[in-house]
Amino acid sequence: MASAQESAALAKTKETRDSWLLSAPALIIILFAALGPLAVMFAYSLMVKGDYGDVKFGEFSSEGWFSVFFDRDIFDDTVTLADAHLTIFWRSVKLSLYTTVLALVFGFPTAYFIATRPERSRDIWLFLVTIPFWTNLLIRTFAMMEVIRNEGIINLLLIWIGIIATPIQIMYTDTAIMMGMLYVYLPLMVLPLYASMEKIDFRLVEAGYDLYATRLQVLWRVIIPLVKPGIIAGSILVFIPSLGAYVTPRLLGGGKNMMLGNLIELQFGQGRNWPLGAALSITLMAIVMVAMLVYVKQASKGTSSHG
Amino acid sequence: MPAGQTAIEAKGVTKAFQSSGSDPVKALDNVSVSIRENEFFTLLGPSGCGKTTLLRLIAGFDFPTIGEILLYGEDIAPLPPYKRPVNTVFQNYALFPHMTVAQNIGFGLEMLGKPKAEVERRTAQMLKLVRMEELSGRKTSQISGGQQQRVALARALAPAPKVLLLDEPLSALDYKLRKDMQIELKRLQHETGITFIFVTHDQEEALTMSDRIAVMSKGKILQVGSPRDIYDRPSERFVANFIGDTNFLEGRIASMSGREAKVKLGSGAVINAGLPEGFSKKERVTVVVRPEHADLIQHGGKADLWGKLENIVYFGTDTHYHLKLDGGAEFIIREQNSRGGGAGHAVGDAVGVALENYAAQVLRD
Repeated sequence: MASAQESAALAKTKETRDSWLLSAPALIIILFAALGPLAVMFAYSLMVKGDYGDVKFGEFSSEGWFSVFFDRDIFDDTVTLADAHLTIFWRSVKLSLYTTVLALVFGFPTAYFIATRPERSRDIWLFLVTIPFWTNLLIRTFAMMEVIRNEGIINLLLIWIGIIATPIQIMYTDTAIMMGMLYVYLPLMVLPLYASMEKIDFRLVEAGYDLYATRLQVLWRVIIPLVKPGIIAGSILVFIPSLGAYVTPRLLGGGKNMMLGNLIELQFGQGRNWPLGAALSITLMAIVMVAMLVYVKQASKGTSSHG
Repeated sequence: MPAGQTAIEAKGVTKAFQSSGSDPVKALDNVSVSIRENEFFTLLGPSGCGKTTLLRLIAGFDFPTIGEILLYGEDIAPLPPYKRPVNTVFQNYALFPHMTVAQNIGFGLEMLGKPKAEVERRTAQMLKLVRMEELSGRKTSQISGGQQQRVALARALAPAPKVLLLDEPLSALDYKLRKDMQIELKRLQHETGITFIFVTHDQEEALTMSDRIAVMSKGKILQVGSPRDIYDRPSERFVANFIGDTNFLEGRIASMSGREAKVKLGSGAVINAGLPEGFSKKERVTVVVRPEHADLIQHGGKADLWGKLENIVYFGTDTHYHLKLDGGAEFIIREQNSRGGGAGHAVGDAVGVALENYAAQVLRD
């Protein structure tokens, strides 16, 4: 009896070891392509900046991290908060939040619409949602410019109808960045929302109506709690790339409406301040991680307190 | 049987579903039925007969193409489900998986805008009624099928609906649990005094639980009556066939007097049979006889029909005798077993069939 149990346990351990081996390729990639570069970046953030970019190896300094948050006056060394950086942090977080909320507002009805179609036509709708992925991001952003620029479709249409006399300036504003990001990231919201809506037993919706819940109450009390995993997944998928977006704010926001991605690029390029660039990158990552932790914790707490 | 006021009445209800390419399919075809207050009313029929469609029209999940649905005289057919004082127990229970047992039960009252204290008091009352007090804090995924069934019942009863609709609520339970729940349902109906409309395809369930049964087929109601009416005096071949085992005998009406007729069968034998209205002399008819309403007679005795014993099947509580009658018709007799009885007949014997009084009934085909 005991030997049978032992050999069973042994087989079990071997099985666990074998299946662990299966994850080796992924672990190797994570080690060399993610953790390794991160360590390099962290090291760079702690070094003295080189005169023409790069860093002076072996010379350590906290200057990179210091200048993420503070400015030192060139003449009298007084220290002030780095307003420019903080403004960009704030704009990045704000625009990403807005984009996430808008994506949810537009994505939810879209996903609901698709999930309530007959089985056969759902595939066609999902296919249509994924079509934008086939096109290069740069081309999609230029297309967006074509729509919102002063002589673009929106302005020409509004002038032609007679609602406005002169074009509205949309290009090179925060609104333009937001529209661009919404357009680019909307499918990332629709797909996980659809995935969790598709699993809903719509008899639960009928049960809600049967128990005197109005349409709005059924939405809040039945549908939304049930698709919560999809809402969380979609929000994360939209928020993270929005926060680090580079191409969209660069093209649609022009030079002055920078986001974090652009600020980081600036330090590695014209700014020639690699330690600051590296410190900013790690700061961005920290913001994302904190935001996700708070969000996921809140969201899961909401679920459990609800029942 | 309570002969109260009419609670629900369907008047000339037709429901047509548009099917792709062809003519619309009539799930319900000009159905009229009235259901009394405090009644346990069952819609019985095979799948696709329209019974669930009728229930959904009463609940408000679908709307009739033609016709009215009256709740205490008021037409509710155009109202959305959340404006009808009618609740449903769904076939798969449809409990909210993100809520506890207690939250599920309180949901309807909460949506009606009842104060928190009342919701809690009523929820506690319902938990007690279905004997689920200990599990009030559990998630609905953490309780068994029978317990989910009770929660679904409590949830639908909590808002004190005027009518409770039950859509095959016992079909997912195993045999033993189903038997218990049948008794439980009768008890709940008795204690709450609420009109129950029960949908099932299980004839045994319908017979044991109902005050009255409506037998449905192909979008029409064929017969409405008490379980005994439906069983003993089926009006149509479909009803007789769907409910219980049945013997059918073909014949011609030889003479009639009032509600009785003498029917001459193909073999030449003449039997007495109950006669519904609307038949005339010499008409070709089918006569129905329940297997337990006939007795097996030894050769030489006094009998109504004669034949040959072809098979004997022992069932524990009773024995089925399969006969081939003179004239070719098949006939089954069911006799209850008693200790030490049951001997004396063998396959191949020539035997007689004695019909009990009022055993035979003339059918519309």
